[in-house]
Amino acid sequence: MSNKDAYWAKTKNHMIVTLVIWAFFSLVIFMFGSELNTMSFLGYPLAYYMTAQGSLLAFVIMLFWTANKQEKIDEEHGFSEREED
Amino acid sequence: MKGGFIKNLPKVYGLYTGGFAVFIIIMAIAEQAGVSAKNIGVMFVAFTVLIYAFIGYLSRTVQVDAYYVAGRQVPTVFNGMATAADWMSGASFVALAGGVYFGGYTYMAFLVGWTGGYVLVATLMAPYLRKFGCYTVPDFIGTRYGGNLVRACSVFVLFIASFTYVTAQINATGTIASRALGIPFELGVWVGLISILICSMLGGMRAVTWTQVAQYIVLIVAYLVPVFWISSKVGGGIFPHLMLGDEVARLGELEQQFGLVKNSAADMKAAGVPGGLKYISGSHSGVPEGGMAVWKYLSLAICMMVGTASLPHILMRYFTTPSVRAARKSVAWSLFFIFLLYSSAPMLATLSKLALMDPNLPTGIIGKSIAEVQQIQWVQNWSAVKQVFIADFNGDGILQLNEWFMRGDVVVLATPEVAGLPFVISGLVFAGGMAAAMSTADGLVLAISNALSHDIYYKIIDPKADTAKRLLVARVLLVIIGAAGAYIASFRLTSILGSVAWAFDFAMSGLFFPLVLGVWWKRATRAGAIAGIMSGILSGLLYLLWVYPKFSVPIFGGVNTPFLGIDHLRFGLIGAPICLVVMIVVSLMTKEPDAATQKMVDDTRIPTGKAILGKQH
Repeated sequence: MSNKDAYWAKTKNHMIVTLVIWAFFSLVIFMFGSELNTMSFLGYPLAYYMTAQGSLLAFVIMLFWTANKQEKIDEEHGFSEREED
Repeated sequence: MKGGFIKNLPKVYGLYTGGFAVFIIIMAIAEQAGVSAKNIGVMFVAFTVLIYAFIGYLSRTVQVDAYYVAGRQVPTVFNGMATAADWMSGASFVALAGGVYFGGYTYMAFLVGWTGGYVLVATLMAPYLRKFGCYTVPDFIGTRYGGNLVRACSVFVLFIASFTYVTAQINATGTIASRALGIPFELGVWVGLISILICSMLGGMRAVTWTQVAQYIVLIVAYLVPVFWISSKVGGGIFPHLMLGDEVARLGELEQQFGLVKNSAADMKAAGVPGGLKYISGSHSGVPEGGMAVWKYLSLAICMMVGTASLPHILMRYFTTPSVRAARKSVAWSLFFIFLLYSSAPMLATLSKLALMDPNLPTGIIGKSIAEVQQIQWVQNWSAVKQVFIADFNGDGILQLNEWFMRGDVVVLATPEVAGLPFVISGLVFAGGMAAAMSTADGLVLAISNALSHDIYYKIIDPKADTAKRLLVARVLLVIIGAAGAYIASFRLTSILGSVAWAFDFAMSGLFFPLVLGVWWKRATRAGAIAGIMSGILSGLLYLLWVYPKFSVPIFGGVNTPFLGIDHLRFGLIGAPICLVVMIVVSLMTKEPDAATQKMVDDTRIPTGKAILGKQH
């Protein structure tokens, strides 16, 4: 039972970390849109770049990262489905 | 045999993609040989729709778990493609680039919202719902909280959210079918509906899955080929996503040069600008100043993200993967496939805007004399169908930026023509738009009819029904829901995007917190869920009626100022917090869930072990 609790505590932490990064790329940076736009990336104004492409790309990378990390947590606690399928 | 089919999927879809490429080449040759543009459009749409119908027929089934969850054997990457097609609607395909074209930076909150939501899907929902083993989203809510009432409440929310969405999709299928086939819109809607039903009726989720994969391939090819081609043709570089920095800067200069002028409503009315046509009044890359502008951006992004994570037709795609692990990975693949299109929309908008605005380009029209512009072939074609319009407000005979009106869809549908690409590309774009609208409509119609047939008919009305009867009811409901959607769509009640955003707000108002808390908060009770769902959806609905002028004038007798800038696109920000608070308060007031329910939640949280609901239920 305590293994289950430890697993869930880790999963929860992982969820929170993921959502913090998510909030950064989806909300926090766009609070500073006008400031960011004075900088440039690949020749695009930065805030424009982030909303057109950058944040979207960050979400994609994040999702692969988060799935892999969660699989590691599964394995550590013996909840990996690998043996089953 | 079946294992063989799954193993051979890459080969099957590889062949299919190759076949589609050959078809495009044949059409290109036919164009050179003098086949008319209209006939090429017809052939593109007819050929692709027939293929989807054929896949739908091959995927017919008489098994319950194949009908509801495609037998839970859809591999990760293919489920990602199917979800991407399910997700990207006719509106994404046809109207997104147009939205960026007119709205610029502000509008792109939609892009962030419609992709960021998948992070919520992956972390909070998909793996747990997959472990639960439910057939539908209300199936989870009904089993987790226990009881028919809470099940019925969630079906109610699902119905409102998905039905608003499906009407817009059938509308889009009708629009594209009518333009490509040259038939009246009212007829186009029914042609679209029949195509949708052929793909889903015989095989349910299994058929929809395999047609959606096929539709994704068509729609992504149809979106990317023109973007790359136009970009290299107008000098934007071969890889527009990385190379349009100068073009974006140039648009900023041109906006300065021509000036961003706001037209008064009275002027536009006097000039007779047709409804639904827009002009450029906002900056392309500039961030509007002020706290309210920031809040407008963030609030829209929040609504779209939370709404994404609550839409049943998306969540149910993750019920079809073989394992919990596959469900997580599949969300990542879905977003990757969505990203391919979404990151291209702003590039298409940039190229298209520059082509029209830059006086140094041969395609530029702004700043030229109106008489000259009216001679251009594509302007004549699209003016004839009232998709573009010129109003000479200042009477100087020169086309100003604020005097050029266009429907958003035209950006995707006409840019290939404007940039001088062969018509075969326009035909391809029609086929892509049709694929996008059909795949989303299929997913939605199936989500609604599955909820009605499984949760209302089988779980509540007749739990003893045998398989044959259940599937018969499911199919009859599918036809009824589709026909009802088409019937309403044929009246053209809403513009495409307005109602699409509403679906997200409805779903987030009534479903987001009951789903999340069902997994993440053991203390959530049945009474809490019922109170939360109903207060969320009803307060959201009431606020929409109050804030949207078309409703508020007849009901409340006047136009109301949105509270904190929360307008009709963002009413989920009223519904969802009310749902959360009510759900927590009522849950804490009622007795905590029994040991069996708590154990059920515990089991949901770990990937291994038996599903909560059996393979057949």
